[in-house]
Formats: sequence, structure tokens, C-alpha cells
Amino acid sequence: MTSVLVKDLTLKFGALTVLNTLNLDIAEGEFLVLLGASGCGKSTLLNCIAGLLDVSAGEIHIAGRNVTWAEPSERGIGMVFQSYALYPQMTVEGNLSFGLRNARMPKDEIAKRVARAAEVLQIGPLLKRKPGALSGGQRQRVAIGRALVRDVDVFLFDEPLSNLDAKLRADLRVEIKRLHHRLKNTMIYVTHDQIEAMTLADRIAIMKGGVIQQLDSPTEIYNRPQNKYVAGFIGSPEINFFDGALAGDGFATGGTLLPLTNYAFQGAPGAGPAWYGIRPEHILSGEVARGLPFATEVEIEIVEPMGSDTLAWATLAGIPVRFRMDGQARVQSGDRLLIGFDPARASLFDKTTEKRL
Amino acid sequence: MASAIPPGDPAVPQGPRPRRAFSARNITLYGALVLIAAYYALPLYVMIVTSLKTMPEIRLGNIFSPPVQITFQPWIKAWAEACTGLNCDGLSRGFWNSVRITVPSVAISIAIASINGYALSLWRFRGSEMFFGILVFGAFIPYQVLIYPIVILLRDIGLYGTLWGLIIVHSIFGMPILTLLFRNYFGSIPEELFKAARVDGAGFWGIFFRVMLPMSLPIVVVAMILQVTGIWNDFLFGVIYTKPDLYPMTVQLNNIVNSVQGVKEYNVNMAATLLTGLVPLIVYFVSGKLFVRGIAAGAVKG
Repeated sequence: MTSVLVKDLTLKFGALTVLNTLNLDIAEGEFLVLLGASGCGKSTLLNCIAGLLDVSAGEIHIAGRNVTWAEPSERGIGMVFQSYALYPQMTVEGNLSFGLRNARMPKDEIAKRVARAAEVLQIGPLLKRKPGALSGGQRQRVAIGRALVRDVDVFLFDEPLSNLDAKLRADLRVEIKRLHHRLKNTMIYVTHDQIEAMTLADRIAIMKGGVIQQLDSPTEIYNRPQNKYVAGFIGSPEINFFDGALAGDGFATGGTLLPLTNYAFQGAPGAGPAWYGIRPEHILSGEVARGLPFATEVEIEIVEPMGSDTLAWATLAGIPVRFRMDGQARVQSGDRLLIGFDPARASLFDKTTEKRL
Repeated sequence: MASAIPPGDPAVPQGPRPRRAFSARNITLYGALVLIAAYYALPLYVMIVTSLKTMPEIRLGNIFSPPVQITFQPWIKAWAEACTGLNCDGLSRGFWNSVRITVPSVAISIAIASINGYALSLWRFRGSEMFFGILVFGAFIPYQVLIYPIVILLRDIGLYGTLWGLIIVHSIFGMPILTLLFRNYFGSIPEELFKAARVDGAGFWGIFFRVMLPMSLPIVVVAMILQVTGIWNDFLFGVIYTKPDLYPMTVQLNNIVNSVQGVKEYNVNMAATLLTGLVPLIVYFVSGKLFVRGIAAGAVKG
């Protein structure tokens, strides 16, 4: 069942079109992540769904109701902001109950809901404190609680973890996932962090210039990016791109012919200039590379050990190529090594349209 | 080898760098500070000692010497007995007039300006920038050109020569700068806070009274200090828009000090001037810290 439906949404600021006839259909209980670089329109879209921005054209439906003209508080949404946006002069309890008091809910019902939210988020001991006396992680928990008490259909998260340090971010990420499992609400989550997107999402919508580039499950997006932008945006370290052309059953680039064995074309395999992308983790090295459709010996130029794995750089077909090795691999620059990959793991993009071939 | 030198050897640079109390830099710095402070404090010193001397002692001419015989008679006379025109009840009448002018003017102007600033920074409407531009432009009009039109306006609405007429004038003249102050302050509050309150179902007044106003103590104090000192020290509007019975303290002070008849009682004049300046001084000393904090809060976008 559809929970949030965005229909032909357009948003303009004067002459600037931020969102252009955008369509999005989010199922009930789904965790959707809007992912993109800053300025791609992801936060703007979220603000439109929340009702904090007036749309220029189109409709927004939440839980089967057209809420395009409704006030934010009437839409059945709760929102969590990057800067927490807690009311500094109110206690945690006051922050949690503010929305309920505005809705003139009976006192005992408010107390019940605040107690439940405090229990779910484990912030019971903090209820009498002011936000200034809380740590970043505790503040963000209270901010989530403020959405929780309102018993809404849809949770909106606007980069909720971006202000936290790396370790806390990882902890709260898991906690948000746990919360989603427990509450089973629809959640829309805006982030520029691909790890958050990959780990949390049922589906990811990658946005660029106000347009959704690809809307798919994390695995599909990772394995079968629909265009060059998505391929380059997802994956860290970044995917390697070879600039060349399709030539018969291979891909000619920088004097080397990369095979296309096992590659699943979207349509008919055409000809002409294209990009050939292969992820660093899909390039294998050492003896395992020997049996692959493509294998060659290269000289390692730079080694970046990261503990869990090691990133190595070499020149292949005239361009610097990065590939991932085991963290325990004992290699140094100057070593010669056999590397290879299976084209089934590669991605081909048309040179002009940048669409997947 | 470095490890051979015992710790604590003054020749080895380690720990905090030693600082000499009487370095050339310190002497220049503190010397200059003391000099400048003395320069500014001197007139105040002269006023205080003069106000505590008797007239024969003043006539000796040593204005810097402390009083031989301290007398509080000039203060009493300035407060309760000095004559202005027909009234001989001293500055006390003007003091209470000033209080009755300042308190409502400050309250009204801050109340309206804070709502203005809040609406202009967070509830942008079509033309709100223009509205604000016109309002701020008002701050640059020399108010002398408005004196006569306002006299006519007040006369026509029947408030000329009343305290309320003056209160309205003060409230309006405070509007541009106070609105600017509040608009910038509310503009520096993270917009997400405002959005969160809207999602929580608070309306225009709900957000103002329950979220924004509780956060604005520093800027309210700044506005209060500006308005209290401005209105208390005002002379021109006070003398023009009221009548002798209702003259504020500054006007009365002028009438005491500048009286052309009789002997110039310097000690009474000094005491009267100090009394008049006391209110802004007290306001500043009590809330000066908040004043600095509020100015900084408005200036730095957080």
C-alpha cells in the first residue's frame, strides 16, 4: 500500500527550478533514503513533503490523503533535523510534549506517550534536563522522540547524523534501523553519506540536479548503476573508468582490449564510444586472477594500507587504476603483480548519454 | 645530552614561559590604560567632589581638591527644593515624570519591535523586504524635520501636551533600530528550530511566545538599555511635546542649571546632573554583561 505519493512535483524559487515534475511512490513501512551531493534537491524534496515549503506544481499524498495544501502539523509526519532543533528553554519532557500540548491532548495521554517514547529511546533519566545539558547523541535521541510521541504515519529525517562524530554516527545508525524494525513506520531519510544510505535503506533514490537518477534497492544500485553519475557516486573507493569504445566483442581502450565476456547488456550491444567501469573491490590480485576472463601483470605504484584492507594503485591501459587487496597482503610499490576481473561485474555506459548499456 | 640537565634548571626552556611583571610592554600597556581611564574619569571626579562642597569652598577655586567639609545639602536641594519656574519641589517631579514616560515607552516599543522583527525574519511575506527597507530608512531621517508635523498630528488627535503623546512619539522613533535588532537576532536563530515548531503544530503566536521569546532575553536586555538610556536622556521631544507640569527630568535639569537669575549654585547643579544621569548608569551596570552578550549574539550568525 502506498504511504507517501509525490506526483509531478515541481518547485521553483523565482526563475530557478529546484525540482522538476518529480514522481515518487513510497510503500507503507518502507525505509527510503534520498541520497545525493549537496544542492541536489534532496532536502528540498523532504521539506516539500513536510509542508515546510509551498510547491509550485504537483500533489503530495500521505496515507491516501491529499495533503498538498495542509499545514505541516496536519500531515501526519514527524521530522528530525540535522541540528536537532530542540527548544533550548524547555526540558526534554517539554520538548517531547510540545506538539501534543499544541494539539490540546489530555494530560494523562501526553504523559503516557512521553513515557513510552522515553522507554523506546532510553532517555528516561534525562526528562527533566534542558537540551544544553545533553550530549550530541542524547540530543538527537530526544529529537527522534519528538517525532515518536506524535504517533505519526511517516518519519522524515533530514541528515540526522551529520553533526555527530564518526563513532556515535555508527551507533545511532544501527539504532535508527532497530527503531524502524520495531515501529515499522514509513521513513524517508535524507543523507549525503552513502554508507548510511546503503545500510539503512530498503530503497535508495539517488538525486542530482533535482532529478532522481535511480530508485532501487541498495544492491541493485551498487551492482547495476543506471548511469555514470550513480556508478561514480556509490562505492568507496571510487569506481575505475576506462574511456574507450565498443569494438566487436571487446572494449578498446588505451591500446588494450578489455573483454566483455559474461557482461549482461541492457539492450542490444551496440558500438561506439563508451565508458567501462570496474569497482576496485572487483579487481582481484594474485593467483585467483589467473582464471578470470581478463588478467594482466602490472607494477604497483602506491600502496594505501587501511588495516581491514589495502588499496593499491597501478597503471592499466594508460590510466591509474585502484584496486582493493586483503589487509594482510604484503606488497610494496615496485612489486609486480597479476590482477584480473570478471566483466560480469563491470558496468558499461554510453559516452554521450552516460546511460547503462 | 639533554637528559643530563636536571629538571627545573632555569636555563632549559620547559613548561610555561616565564613572564616578567615589569617588562617594557606591560609598563607601556598599563600606563596607557591608566592614563586614558584617568582622562575619562576626571570630569566625573570633579562633579562628585564639587557636589559635596559648600559654596564658600567652591569659590576658593581649587576644583580638584577634595571637600574639606562634606555636605549633602546640595543633593537634598537638587532633589527636593530647587526651583524651576513656579515649582520649587526640585528634580523629584521630573524624576517621576521621566519614569512615567520611560517605562511605558520602553515596554511598548520592545513589544511591537520584537513582533516586527520576528515576523520579518521568519514569516517572510510578499514585500516584507521592502517593508523592512522602508522601516530602516526611517532611522536615517533627521528627526528634527518631523518635529513640526508631529506637533500638528498630536494636536489633531488631542494628545499634544500629554504624557501619552510623548510615549507614542518615543515608541515610534525607537521602532526602526529595535526592529533591525530583533530581526537580526531572530535571523541568527537556526531556521530548523522554527521548522520543528511548525511541524509540532505551533502557530504564529505559539512559536513567538513559547519558542522564540524565551530565547531572546539577551536581545531584550540590549533593546531595554538602548531605549531606557535614549528615552531617559531625551531632551528635545520632552520639551516640545509636553508642558511644564509634565517635563521630564532632563528638561527640569536644564531649567535648574541654566537659570539666569540669582547665584549659580555649582554644587546643586552638579548634584542635579549626577542625579539625572544615575538611572542610565545603574541600568548599564546591572545589565552590562548581558548587553555585551546580546550585541555579540546578534552579530555572530550561529
